[in-house]
Amino acid sequence: MTLSHAQTVLAQDADSWAGQVRRTTGGLEEMEFLVPSMHCGGCMRTIENGLVKVEGIKAARTNLSVRRVAVSWEQGVQTVEGVQAALESLGFDATPFDPRLAMGSEKARSQQLLRAIAISGFAAANVMLLSVSVWAGFFSDMDTITRDLFHWLSALIALPAVVYAGRPFFYSAASALKARRMNMDVPISLAVILASAASLAETIRGAEHVYFDASVTLLFFLLIGRYLDMAMRGRAGEAARNLLALRAIAATKIMADGSRVSVPVDVLRPDDRVFVAPGMRIPADGTVVEGASDVDTSLLSGESVPEQVTQHSQVFAGTLNLSGPLQIVVTAAKDDTVLSEIARLMEAAEQGRAGFVRLADRLSRVYAPVVHILAGSTFLVWLLIGAGWHQALMTAVAVLIITCPCALALAVPVVQVVASGRLLRHGILLKSADGLERMAKVDCVVFDKTGTLTDGTASLVNGDDIRPEDMALAAALGSQSHHPLALAVAKAGAGLAHPELGAVAEVPGFGMEARLDGKTVRLGRREWVGASDVVDHGGPELWLAVADAAPVRFMFKDRLRKDAVEVVAHLQRLGIETRLLSGDRKAAVEHVASQLKISDWRAEARPQEKIECLENLKAQGRTILMVGDGLNDAPALRAAHVSMSPGSAADISQRAADFVFQGDNLGPVADGIWTARRARSLVFQNFGVAFTYNAVAIPLAALGYVTPLIAAVAMSSSSLIVTVNALRLRRSNKDMAKKDEA
Amino acid sequence: MTALLLLIPVALFLGGLGLVAFLWSLKSGQYDDLEGASRRILHDESLDDEDEEDSQDRPL
Repeated sequence: MTLSHAQTVLAQDADSWAGQVRRTTGGLEEMEFLVPSMHCGGCMRTIENGLVKVEGIKAARTNLSVRRVAVSWEQGVQTVEGVQAALESLGFDATPFDPRLAMGSEKARSQQLLRAIAISGFAAANVMLLSVSVWAGFFSDMDTITRDLFHWLSALIALPAVVYAGRPFFYSAASALKARRMNMDVPISLAVILASAASLAETIRGAEHVYFDASVTLLFFLLIGRYLDMAMRGRAGEAARNLLALRAIAATKIMADGSRVSVPVDVLRPDDRVFVAPGMRIPADGTVVEGASDVDTSLLSGESVPEQVTQHSQVFAGTLNLSGPLQIVVTAAKDDTVLSEIARLMEAAEQGRAGFVRLADRLSRVYAPVVHILAGSTFLVWLLIGAGWHQALMTAVAVLIITCPCALALAVPVVQVVASGRLLRHGILLKSADGLERMAKVDCVVFDKTGTLTDGTASLVNGDDIRPEDMALAAALGSQSHHPLALAVAKAGAGLAHPELGAVAEVPGFGMEARLDGKTVRLGRREWVGASDVVDHGGPELWLAVADAAPVRFMFKDRLRKDAVEVVAHLQRLGIETRLLSGDRKAAVEHVASQLKISDWRAEARPQEKIECLENLKAQGRTILMVGDGLNDAPALRAAHVSMSPGSAADISQRAADFVFQGDNLGPVADGIWTARRARSLVFQNFGVAFTYNAVAIPLAALGYVTPLIAAVAMSSSSLIVTVNALRLRRSNKDMAKKDEA
Repeated sequence: MTALLLLIPVALFLGGLGLVAFLWSLKSGQYDDLEGASRRILHDESLDDEDEEDSQDRPL
């Protein structure tokens, strides 16, 4: 990457990022960069301290929560590419972050919620203090003047707080009513407003009971639930946006006069000439016009052996250029590109998802009418049996307050926040807000093969048969290349003393060549070293040739992820059906399936066929989790009920998936299902608590037994119980396998 | 009971102080990066200090 930037003409690039760079006063430019590999305090320090030492950079501030760094530099002295190169020289891959992706309004909303929480919390604490004194006064000898003073003080604190902190609910309720709909916020607003208004009237009358404490505590608890829900959605959205930004990697465009300019990928047009340095992803579909190389197409086709490309070869966006510099011409056939076909399939698959309604939403559809009917009928019945309208109204208000969904509103968000936090600690990123709920229902897991069940990189299988000196030589050669097979050899021979090689050269598309003691040594393709008459072993291979001696063969295989067998067996024990659906050759798929004891497998499936296969399973009533990493899996990831992809997956697949997991293990799949199921059972337990509470409290309220004191105790305790219950998910853990079997 | 006339305003004032402090900290961006802030407290240098890396490596 750094190489290509050095070759780029820096003077022209300011225009291509125009609109993304923020100009501030004093000739400074400001921009955010996404740094996905920043993960600890040390990284933050390295980046901040390293960047400010670079010429022209005035300030750098990292944000670890969103993995971004905001940099400001002097206009004309420093550039976007310069900062990016500086970050890379510090050891961090960085991508300019398009500010259009940043959700400013979301942040403003969450800050407004926090302010509302603070104010309602302040009011709740102080009003409660006064209320407790009044309640204590019932049993001692508080005179009415002091009591009225306390009520007035409560009103003074509570009313402004209700007006301010209640706005999120009032607005939402108003817009729902305007659209002639009902939502959870209508009964909430009604309860809060009626309780406050009635309490004010009671205060003016000098009466005994007021509900100011109830209305502010209610708001306080509900706002917490609302904020947690928002925080979880925000975090999921942040993950999705970061992935979106990753795609906008710069491409090096070659202008008519031969100069090279770094531009964002989306400004590339057909017939543009693009330079792709070794180690970079190819930015667009195109034809090679100059150079030869190996291209890693594993994300596109699931094939783990790199493809050899020369002039006139077709190359595809998202594949990785390994060994030699390439110049490609972007092809015009826009709708025929692999990417756009996949995008079309994904769009179509998306429609199947629309029917899902979140649990909380389903509940609130029932909840709102029930509460209104209960409160309304309480009012009417009390009137009919001859109570005054005042008493009837106060009883109805008590019913509204007591049924207010504190526990319900906390029941789901608290569990979801705890669950997504737990997943994050296990390296699983939740990307869609309803992912957990979808995941909990899964009864069938469909795996892709390459890069999902296997780790997607070749590893040496016949290392023991190779003489140490050959191994050392091959490793010395291999370590100079980006080619995955060469890297695998280098890894296998890492512990050996490497011989001194003179002038190592990579011959793109063929292999590595060097001089050793006056002799030519080569590591590469079989034809190239002159070993074409040996029987194929059925997998990728490399050959080492020293001058005229017989060439040595290195054989490779794509290995299963370390814990793949256990995870698949574990899922099967849980009664979850496991299937294998791959685009790879039949023999390779059959081999993996038999190793994992997966009886239902299918090979050579095209993206369209993968979707059809999932649709068939759906029609049989299965709820499917799709786990895949390739570009060819992306439509299937959208078609499945819920989906996961490893962090090594194609960007588009990561964007399509509901969950992204890091690391070399398959364990996160089982872990994700377990956490989701546990979260669901906790949510139901919490609903149970809330329901029991209501079943006891509503009759009491309707009969007029609920005083402000009882309301306060009942509401607080039910909210506490659901919160504590949700927190159990944090602790329950390590031996999840044992627990599942128990 | 006259003590209340003093104590209640005092309690409200102190609570209000906490509320104002929170609103200020929210406004000044201290809640923007909770994860990063928890790591930042472990670094005790200022950016201008050239020797910071040596002092960091020294055992306490």
